[in-house]
Amino acid sequence: MTDAAPGAPAPSALLVLDKAAKSFGAVKALVDGSITLYPGEAHALLGENGAGKSTLVKILAGVHQLDGGVLTIDGEPVTLSGPAASRAAGVSIIYQEPTLFPDLTVAENIFMGRQPIGRGRRIDKGAMVRAAREVFARLGVELNPGRLARGLSVADQQIVEIAKAISFNAHVIVMDEPTAALTSVEVARLFDVVRTLRAQGSAVLFITHRLEEAFAICQRVTIMRDGAFVRTAPIDEVTVDSIIRSMVGRDLDQLFPKTVTAPGEVVLEVSRLTREGVFTDVSFTVRRGEIVALAGLVGAGRSEVARAIFGIDRRDAGQVLVHGRALPNGSPKAAMAVGVALVPEDRRQQGLVMALAIDQNVSLASLSSLEKFGLIRRASERALAAEWAVKLQLRYSRLRNSASTLSGGNQQKLVLGKWLARHPSVLLIDEPTRGIDVGTKAEVHRLLDQLVADGVAVLMISSELPEVLGMADRVLVLREGRLVAELSRSEADEATIMRAATGQTVGSAA
Amino acid sequence: MTAMSTAPRAAMKIGRAESLLRVRELGIGIAIVIVFGLTTLKNPAFAHALSVQQLLTGASLIALLAVGETLVIITRNVDLSVGSVLGFSAYIVGDVFVHHPHTPPIVGFMVGIVVGAVFGAINGLITTFMRVPSLVVTLATLYIIRGLDAMVVNGKQIDPSSVPKAFQIVGNRTIFGVPWLAIIVAVVVAITGYAMRSFRASRDIYAIGSNPEAAALAGVPIGKRVFTAFLISGSLAGLAGALFLSEVATVDATGGTGYELLVVAAVVVGGVAIFGGSGTVLGAALGALLLNTINQSLGALKLSSFWDQAVAGGLLLAAIAFDRGLGLRIAKRMKSARGEHRVV
Repeated sequence: MTDAAPGAPAPSALLVLDKAAKSFGAVKALVDGSITLYPGEAHALLGENGAGKSTLVKILAGVHQLDGGVLTIDGEPVTLSGPAASRAAGVSIIYQEPTLFPDLTVAENIFMGRQPIGRGRRIDKGAMVRAAREVFARLGVELNPGRLARGLSVADQQIVEIAKAISFNAHVIVMDEPTAALTSVEVARLFDVVRTLRAQGSAVLFITHRLEEAFAICQRVTIMRDGAFVRTAPIDEVTVDSIIRSMVGRDLDQLFPKTVTAPGEVVLEVSRLTREGVFTDVSFTVRRGEIVALAGLVGAGRSEVARAIFGIDRRDAGQVLVHGRALPNGSPKAAMAVGVALVPEDRRQQGLVMALAIDQNVSLASLSSLEKFGLIRRASERALAAEWAVKLQLRYSRLRNSASTLSGGNQQKLVLGKWLARHPSVLLIDEPTRGIDVGTKAEVHRLLDQLVADGVAVLMISSELPEVLGMADRVLVLREGRLVAELSRSEADEATIMRAATGQTVGSAA
Repeated sequence: MTAMSTAPRAAMKIGRAESLLRVRELGIGIAIVIVFGLTTLKNPAFAHALSVQQLLTGASLIALLAVGETLVIITRNVDLSVGSVLGFSAYIVGDVFVHHPHTPPIVGFMVGIVVGAVFGAINGLITTFMRVPSLVVTLATLYIIRGLDAMVVNGKQIDPSSVPKAFQIVGNRTIFGVPWLAIIVAVVVAITGYAMRSFRASRDIYAIGSNPEAAALAGVPIGKRVFTAFLISGSLAGLAGALFLSEVATVDATGGTGYELLVVAAVVVGGVAIFGGSGTVLGAALGALLLNTINQSLGALKLSSFWDQAVAGGLLLAAIAFDRGLGLRIAKRMKSARGEHRVV
């Protein structure tokens, strides 16, 4: 491989950020942001939430200006006064959730404001589409430039953003958690694109929470903690353990603090649950003190099963029994009344009311127990929230600040707290740790473990196999809406689950 | 020949997005024909040339306002002041003729456009510079301009005798059987429609409505474009005011009252997304024609005018439901077209 990066002399660096500092009021977001990018390398930037990665990205994007430190691009010191200056300097940022124009075509999205024009300053659509095709060909992906951006998957949207970057001749491409919402197939394709970019001499700065991805695609890693540079190292000189130690500044004794307990009686029983065209004939039980993981491909119907159990979606056939009593169809209220709680996947959209205060979010699902004469008592609401904030080790400044002021990991803890405040006996939890940092992840896992020890029955949907293997007592695998495997904790391993989920021998995804 | 065979296929793919939009205009066209046909079956006089001319002239002013409104709505804004601007402009043009009876007609139209442009610029400036939602800004100017109108008019009115006959030609005569009014509107629709398809600036307008944050990131001059949309909307409302005077030759302080909602209805029925990002001026103009055709056909069928408003409301709901359904269907189809089950 063309690993120009490790140990190469500094003069060839594409971009050098040295001792960057940035404060917002009294908060020092970045005290020593340092990173060096060489042509042809994929460079992982790792750190917990709040380590200063986002601030560093925003500095490269020209969104924030440096308070101190020097940014050098192509050997020249530069000041990025805004996004336009950053783009002109050859830096392009691919955000986790790209912002495209849904009503315009893919080609128009790529060339917005720079459309090739022909006679009479009219947009030359033919030339624009050809140019878009050329860019896609250079990236080695197939995408129809003429289709509307509306309905593109997140992965395709990122490809459009990358195509836009290429068409700007960007040679430093920053990808901010690009894989958080991607499936393995899409991740594999993104990695191919990253390799293509490297081969063309670009530098890719890759920010991720998934350490295995750093090992899969990057040549070097830079680790940050508390707004400061910790170290940069070639990828083959670090291990998962050493990275985590650098990130959190201490040893995480265990990522998955699983206590194996003897499960009690059946709490949740699902029998022959069917929703036309989504899932068919799904039967299983979850017992007291047990975590059952629902694994499978995205689109296999896992979240839909949880929604049908909770009653958000109606079921077409089958039964849901909680403590032996049948739940009425399509009634979340009835499900809540018998102690079922659902923590949804998309916490921003479905889990929290972002504009409401933190304490109001905690109490949202427990209002009936806080009411007196139909009025909500603010004091008891505050007390409930304070209690859970401690239990969850929530990091916040004030309980009456809005939920949007919390970091992603703390938002997830808040969603959990909102449902745990009801003391549920059945917890349905969808992707409990998506997009949150390693430290918070471990806290969420410890919390789940605690719940199970207290006798809650947990049905956990997760796309992260290490999480499934680490936390579950039993693993159910869904494929195309059907339950295809039930594995005990000892039987379950990555290969078995993937084989069941794909219905074939496992390929080498990612 | 082999080279030829690949090119049209590429063109077809590109056309798909647009053809979806075109189908919408075709749909409105068909609706107009159906309403017209059914009414004619019941009352053959409806197909009389005079009646058709009335259909066109009756829809003209609303269609003209709808063109400007379309630009504004595509940027995710709205201009509610168009009715008031029309009324004010009509009175000012009339006042010019009262004080200077020998003013050439063309100057009358210019005055109307300038008056409208001033108000359009005010709406645009407040919306873009002071970042006040345009719904509020233009709701305010709707009342303010109407108030100004009342002050200026001061209980008087423009009489047909003070409006020069030459100026009235445009509002009342036909050329080869086609009303002048309809021709003017058709020309404006053609020019604006062409411009909206062809230029970078017009793509910017769609981009702003489609995703304002992304537009800002892409370096689209949002303020400038939104301002331009309001300026054009105001100017066309001013022109419509002059045409209004030319047509009816008399105006008091109430000219154009309530037009703004007719215009918004026409735009939405015409397939322009109320939250911006998509739609065409042709669709909006046809929407105005459809609403007017229904209005007149109810008259021809001797049905109560209550039905007119009820039908207009029903059409609005149908148009929005149609868009919503279409959007969901497209999203679903695209999902299933991807088809593949993805790996965890």
